[in-house]
Parts: sequence; structure tokens; C-alpha cells
Amino acid sequence: MECSFGITGKGYTIIASDSNAARSIVKMKTDEDKQKVLSDHLVMTYSGESGDTLQFSEYIERNLRLYGIRNHVELRPRAAASWIRAQIADSLRTRNAYQVNLLLGGFDLPTSEPALYWVDYLGTLATVPFAAHGYGAFFALSTLDRYHRPDMSLEEGLDLLRRCINELKTRFIVDLGTFKVRVVDREGVREVKL
Amino acid sequence: MSDITTLNGGSCIAFKGKNCVAIACDLRLGNQALTVACNRDKVFKITDKTYLGMTGLASDVDTLRSAFRYRLNMYRMKEEREIEPETFAHLVSSTLYEKRFGPYFIEPIIAGLNSNNEPFIAAADLIGCLNFAKDFVVTGTASDKLFGMAEGLWEPDLGPEELFESISQALLGALERDALSGWGAIVRVITPDKVIERTLQSRQD
Repeated sequence: MECSFGITGKGYTIIASDSNAARSIVKMKTDEDKQKVLSDHLVMTYSGESGDTLQFSEYIERNLRLYGIRNHVELRPRAAASWIRAQIADSLRTRNAYQVNLLLGGFDLPTSEPALYWVDYLGTLATVPFAAHGYGAFFALSTLDRYHRPDMSLEEGLDLLRRCINELKTRFIVDLGTFKVRVVDREGVREVKL
Repeated sequence: MSDITTLNGGSCIAFKGKNCVAIACDLRLGNQALTVACNRDKVFKITDKTYLGMTGLASDVDTLRSAFRYRLNMYRMKEEREIEPETFAHLVSSTLYEKRFGPYFIEPIIAGLNSNNEPFIAAADLIGCLNFAKDFVVTGTASDKLFGMAEGLWEPDLGPEELFESISQALLGALERDALSGWGAIVRVITPDKVIERTLQSRQD
């Protein structure tokens, strides 16, 4: 029942995820942050098998940090996404593969372009203008198809995200509660209240 | 529906012409019936005159693409020349057969002109059994429909422009009848002096 969204616009990427920690039918926590800030201009949302998500996201976070320290330069979003994809794809053919779905939102400084990558537990990497994981994808992708434009301002982008979440509120049987939202742009990563 | 080879959807086709070959693919990336992205090119440049198309599990397509890039770079450095499409087909076959009992879930097609500018096309199954066809090869979720279209539209000794026309019609016709492929197409016609690359519009549903 987890759900995350990503939307790119003019010079920014919005990343949002629900904040429920649930086990079976029980809601354990409603203020869980299911995102990791990987570098100055890269954020990742993770969902999937609960033990795997934390283990994997911390592994990714620490390794990207190590790369930054060793090389005095952060990986660009595209490079980070390919490396993360390779980690999932390698793990897929082991006895206990990571069951983690990711959205990677970033801002590529050299080209001044926002970047968004959809990655699933099989190691499928898609470069997309907007994306969703979980049941939310079935409800929100058509809304995103209809209203998304690549030149949207940040306010328009956040309005579009509100529209998607509103769609879930009205049509999805589960209440996903509040969403944690982060924006990545030239200035870096910051949290935004919807 | 839970078949791993048809999870992501997508199709590829290659036609042999007169001193030219054409290779084309659709652009859809899905997750069962849900379309995730509509910009997924499934054909990759191997050399200036050889292209490789891969359909099946998208994760394995990406993995093999980098595996082939590594092997081709090694080949280029050792041999100090570009690989022939015939040789590349065997490289693909042996790479796939290495994983005989836990295969990559992809089916490749290869299209190219060799150093004598003779057209070459080939296809393989997921464990690398090669098929050197003299007319056309198809793979992907629309492969059965592509066989039908290609059977009807392919003719021997087509020139580059006629070949482009017939491969495009064959692919678009097949995509219309396959729910897991579509969302546009890219066609590449390889001729001795240039590669003509064109993006096709198709139904967006």
C-alpha cells in the first residue's frame, strides 16, 4: 500500500512519498521518512520489503557518500541511477534479492536539467518526466499524463502533485495520510510542506 | 501474464534489402498492462554498420547492453578493427549460452552490413540459438503479428527507401494488434555510406 511520486518541471524535480510504516493490516507509524538525500542534488524514495528497503537505501547512501569523499565530486544523477540499477540487477540473481522500488530525483548541474528515474526491484531503469510507484501509479498516471508539461513552474508542479494525492483520497480505499515532499533544484534539496 | 519475458512488453524487427538492412523497434516500456515510459529505444549501435535489438526483460536488456559494450571494447583493442556482424552474432550467442541454466530473459536480433557491404541479419533465442535468416527476423511480444506482416510485406532486393517503407508498415501493422508494444517506433536503415534514422508516430493507446 506504499506510494511515491516524482514530477519534473522547469528546473526542478519534486519527489513525494507517503509516510506510513505498516505491517500486514496494522499501521505502525505515520511519520516515517521513506526518502534518502543521496547528495546535494539527488534524492531517492524507496518502497518495498521493509527490511530490504532500509538495508539497501543505506548501502546506496553510504557508497555514494564514499564516492564523493574519494573523488571530490558527486556522481551525476544519470551515473548514480545506472550504478544503483546495477546493484539491484546484480542482487536479482542471488538467493535473497533486494525487493526495493525506487524513484531517483535529481538536478544535473552541468546541463541544468532536472532528472527523474524510475527503478523497480528487477533492475528496470526508466528515464521519465513523471513517475509513480505502488497502487498510486494506477490512479495518478492518467492525471499526470493529462496535466503534466515539461515547462511547469514549481507552484504548478506542486499543484499537480496535490491533484494526484487528491485523486487517491477520493478513489483509493486506503488512506495514505500525509506525504513527505522534497524538491531538488539548482540550490539543492529542500523539504516542502504541501 | 506473470511471464517474465512479456512483463515489460516491446518488439523488434529487421529486414534484409539490397545492399542495405533495416532494423526497427517500438518505444514502450511497461509493467504488465501499465505503461511506465514511452521512450524506450530497444536498438543499440554496435559499430557504424551493425545494430543490435533486444526485447524481453528490460533489466536484462540494460545488463546485456553494458556486457556487450565491455566485450566489444575488448575485441576492438585486441584485434584493432571493428567486429563483423557475423562475428558479433556469435559473440551474442556465446554470451547468452554462458547462462544456459539461468538465462537472461531477452531475445536479440542483429542487423548489419559486413566489410564487403553485404547485408546480414540474425536472431537468437534466450539461450543463444542463432537463426541466420535470409529475409527478415522478429522478436518481442508482437512477434507472431510481426511474422504475419513481414511475410506479406517483405520482398527481395528492396532499396533503402522501399525497405524503410515496408519495415515501417510491417511494424506499425503489428503494433496495432499488440497491447504490450507501441507508443511510437524508431526505424534505422543501414546503407554502405550512412544510417537513416527516423522516428515514427503511432497510436498512443
